Amino acid sequence: MKKKNRRTQFVILTAAGIFVLIAVYALGIFLPEEGIAGNFLNAGQPPSPEHPFGTDNLGRDLLMRTLKGLSASMTVGIAASAISAVIAVIVGVISAAGSGRADAIVNWLIDLMMSVPHTILIILISFSLGRGMKGLLIGIAATHWCSLARLIRGEVLQLRSRQYIAVSRRLGKSGGWILTHHMLPHLAPQFLVGLVLMFPHAVLHEASVSFLGFGLPPEQATVGIILSESMRYLSAGMWWPAVLPGMTLVLLVLLVDKTGDCLRIILDPLSIREEQNGR
Amino acid sequence: MPLEAREISFRYGRKSPWILKNFSMTAEKGECIAVSAPSGYGKTTLAMLLSGYLKPEEGSILLDGKKFPKKGYCPVQLIFQHPEKAINPRWKLRHVLEEGGELQEELLAALGIEKAWLDRFPQELSGGELQRFCVARALLSGADYLICDEISTMLDVITQAQIWNVIRKEADMRNMGIIAVTHNKFLAERIANRMISISRYR
Repeated sequence: MKKKNRRTQFVILTAAGIFVLIAVYALGIFLPEEGIAGNFLNAGQPPSPEHPFGTDNLGRDLLMRTLKGLSASMTVGIAASAISAVIAVIVGVISAAGSGRADAIVNWLIDLMMSVPHTILIILISFSLGRGMKGLLIGIAATHWCSLARLIRGEVLQLRSRQYIAVSRRLGKSGGWILTHHMLPHLAPQFLVGLVLMFPHAVLHEASVSFLGFGLPPEQATVGIILSESMRYLSAGMWWPAVLPGMTLVLLVLLVDKTGDCLRIILDPLSIREEQNGR
Repeated sequence: MPLEAREISFRYGRKSPWILKNFSMTAEKGECIAVSAPSGYGKTTLAMLLSGYLKPEEGSILLDGKKFPKKGYCPVQLIFQHPEKAINPRWKLRHVLEEGGELQEELLAALGIEKAWLDRFPQELSGGELQRFCVARALLSGADYLICDEISTMLDVITQAQIWNVIRKEADMRNMGIIAVTHNKFLAERIANRMISISRYR
């Protein structure tokens, strides 16, 4: 068998990564609720073949709970980073293509947002909106667009000075046409990769804010809640409710991060050439 | 309708030296003018000024006695020296041509553009092949004047002849004016009705 070229390898890796993520997500949604029902006879069991992640102090199977929790975390992560990324594109384009004053206002706003730690802002926004899924989502979405907006602003500024954009203008195309036909396709990779790389941040923020008690309600299974509950029993030698779900979360986040990196390499137009040379 | 540069002066930035000072020239439709000057004398700057990519600091560029329209199609089209910069690298070449106007198979064939190239990306063609697309795009747009900024410098002699033959033929057919910036004396003598040289402003 001929060795696959690097681009093909990356496509396969990305597809595998996305497949695993979808599988984890679907598993969490379709798992029956009985899986996480409490059973005091089983309370506080260490990991065993029957309960790979052990059980918590209410006798709930922690593997099931972690999977359920991961899919809740992913919902928050996907929704929040998608909203954030769209905000980033709009703000970035306005800032770069609009007037000098708009640019100044946007830059000031970005500086302001970035000077306050995200976690504190999320807690404040989530708390004032009544916590729960809605508050948390808005909180995360409203705080994560800054760095991507800066990136997009820089990209649009660079694009604006390209010759083919000037040619397009001389050929009688309007600003809106140039934006949608010339610029947005160039921003698509930045947008997509920014979105994917924002996802881990959003998930970790969801977990940390839930852990601190300002996010999702305690009856909802999320990794943040599990970790927060596990703190109370850690000193009693129950290490598994903290370590195993925590490790799973880290693994998921790493997986998304790697998939995002692969995606970036695939979307890089220069790697198209490599595909031909590899053949 | 003549294309006229009236006493134009230009410099890049307030404190930079003048590149052109009180430069005047007029081109009529159907005429082919060769502009020649050594490197650094402002040939490209002149090309960009005449096609409206740059604004002169003093003086004015007039088409038929009027300034260029601010928005919409500009009847003076420039073909750049480096085609790979003047084409969106994410567009298939069919799309690039369609930006100029409707595809005319005869014209594309005359320029030596193969059908298969239309469905390729710019990275997959060489500079000379891309330059044909830039020429085709400008011709398809129906320009009244074509400013050519060293468009054939990177091409081999046969391709040069092919492209210039097409441009001359189209120009005669539509009574289009051409201003060709070139280093190549022989090419200038071959294609142009008259020659202009820029002398350095000191």
